[in-house]
Amino acid sequence: MKFTNLLTGLALAAGMATAAFADGHEKTKVGFVYVGPVGDGGWTYEHNQGRLAVEEEFGDAVETVFVENVAEGPDAERVMTQMALDGADLIFTTSFGYMDPTINVAAKFPDVKFEHATGYKRADNVSTYSARFYEGRAIQGHIAGKMTESNIVGYIGSYPIPEVIRGINSAFIHARKANPDVEFKIVWAYTWFDPAKEADAAKVLIEQGADVILQHTDSTAPQAAAQEAGNVVTFGQASDMAQYAPFPRVSSIIDDWAPYYIARTKAVMDGTWESTDTWDGIGAGMVGIGEITDAVPADVKAEALALKDSIASGEYHPFTGPLNKQDGSVFLAEGETADDGTLAGMNFYVEGIEGDIPQ
Amino acid sequence: MDLSAINPVLFIAGFFVAATPLIFAAIGELVVERTGVLNLGVEGMMIVGAICGFATAVETGSPLLGFAAAAVGGAALSLLFAFLTQVMLANQVASGLALTLFGLGFSALLGQSYVGIKPPRLGDIDFGPLREIPVIGPILLSHDLIVYLGLALVIAVWAVLKYSRIGLVLRAVGENHDAAHALGFKVKRIRTLAIMFGGACAGVGGAYISLIRVPQWTEGMTAGVGWIALALVVFASWKPLRVLLGAYLFGGLVQLQLNLQGVGVAIPVEYLAMSPYVITIIVLVVLSRDNNRAPGSLGRTFHASS
Repeated sequence: MKFTNLLTGLALAAGMATAAFADGHEKTKVGFVYVGPVGDGGWTYEHNQGRLAVEEEFGDAVETVFVENVAEGPDAERVMTQMALDGADLIFTTSFGYMDPTINVAAKFPDVKFEHATGYKRADNVSTYSARFYEGRAIQGHIAGKMTESNIVGYIGSYPIPEVIRGINSAFIHARKANPDVEFKIVWAYTWFDPAKEADAAKVLIEQGADVILQHTDSTAPQAAAQEAGNVVTFGQASDMAQYAPFPRVSSIIDDWAPYYIARTKAVMDGTWESTDTWDGIGAGMVGIGEITDAVPADVKAEALALKDSIASGEYHPFTGPLNKQDGSVFLAEGETADDGTLAGMNFYVEGIEGDIPQ
Repeated sequence: MDLSAINPVLFIAGFFVAATPLIFAAIGELVVERTGVLNLGVEGMMIVGAICGFATAVETGSPLLGFAAAAVGGAALSLLFAFLTQVMLANQVASGLALTLFGLGFSALLGQSYVGIKPPRLGDIDFGPLREIPVIGPILLSHDLIVYLGLALVIAVWAVLKYSRIGLVLRAVGENHDAAHALGFKVKRIRTLAIMFGGACAGVGGAYISLIRVPQWTEGMTAGVGWIALALVVFASWKPLRVLLGAYLFGGLVQLQLNLQGVGVAIPVEYLAMSPYVITIIVLVVLSRDNNRAPGSLGRTFHASS
């Protein structure tokens, strides 16, 4: 809520005004802007784990601050400005919708370093970083294709942005490989975090026959809805969501931001920070695959792990041709893999997915 | 696009769940407005009920105790509004808005340690073999106690307002508080009790969202249901049975939008978000006949000397 954000901002300002000094050196201040609450059990929770890892790594040499539930819009710009004014040296902005606010605020504070997650706009003092979630989606898609009995896989999308569409495509390609009869039903929630909406979306998909639910939203509400239905498979999103294991949650994609956050904070301390673009996946450890539970048959589990290994080692790319776009035109020829530019701007479904991407 | 994928039975059954928070919040507010008080704090009372109910259910392991606590929490918050408007004679609109803002912030504070916890579940009522009746079973006999409680409450409110002495007094206070006062009715006492009833109902509606519909606690999770409930009272032109109709209509719209997406029909979300208010405005215009008007003293401050 905006009102509470305002209060948090004020509390922050008060807290940050009392800067501490450790053995003569000024502490490095690292700020984090979160789109959801740290207790969402998903996306924001993992970013906050990364923040805690930074604190643990550097101890008294750093001071971290965060503001949660920051709406993607003017609010975000205000919060970032406040952080910069309060002497933050490095600010992580952890949602796609913070892209323009980050660029705007960074222009006003050339001495403050900014790190924007999942965006594509950079500046001298703005880096971008993201994880190759689609690698994890490939593994989920394979398990989903093997596990579904109704051949209907439900997918809860947040916003129709390239990152989400990439995930849908990757999951679909591998679900189809595992099971040629599989169909995807996609519902857009138009929010990153709204448990009530996410629960409704999951229930509707289940009512329409889906017995596997994939989500690209941040709360555990879809897991709860699936648990209640009793025979629906889910996957943890961004976080392990292990409280719903071994069933309905049979595996998960885990974002591990800690090493990156520690490395970037170190770079600021050493004065070696430069604007970079980082996009790492399973191989580099930024994307983790949560334990595949015994609810998954042993042979399927073995296939999934083999797929994970081949992606991690780089011998297999989830977007490898032959692949067509939804309209039947050629996307990738036999043996061709998608380059990062194409993936970053992906705005089409691959062949076989029904429905249109909302504009 | 394949509309056959929407199972009409499950779709209609889903109406009951989606409409229940609205029914509770709206029927409570309807009673408040029928006594001539306009309380815009429904959203605030709902969200406080949602966290009180959630916290109590988690701590005691009993969802029903949670609902009881939600009613108490909503009523307690509404007492603040009653104090401002009935004792201090403050402006009702401003006080109601303040109540919503306060409730949203206060609930966030209370809920700090409850984010990400699973509450105990309130199971559906077991109707045994009756549940197996085709169509009627899944639609009418597959819900939890609170759904039926909501239906019973609407009918009870309707009967009380229409046929009982208490209802007559309530309506008299709402239509003309000076006349009611002249007849010797305790206007402020009656209004305060109505405000508390409204608060208790809103609290239960909020707890239905946090304990059954989602079930989780998160800040601001009522997400505007309280405002829709306010529109619903107007839509129902202050008549209890029409609240039911409107709640199914408004509650069903969200379900409909998601269901249509699932079968490949995309309607922009914004249209559905604004539809309750648009429908309400249309109804106001169409039904602006005398017998559908608002209670005469609605929103007016009462002072015995006036």
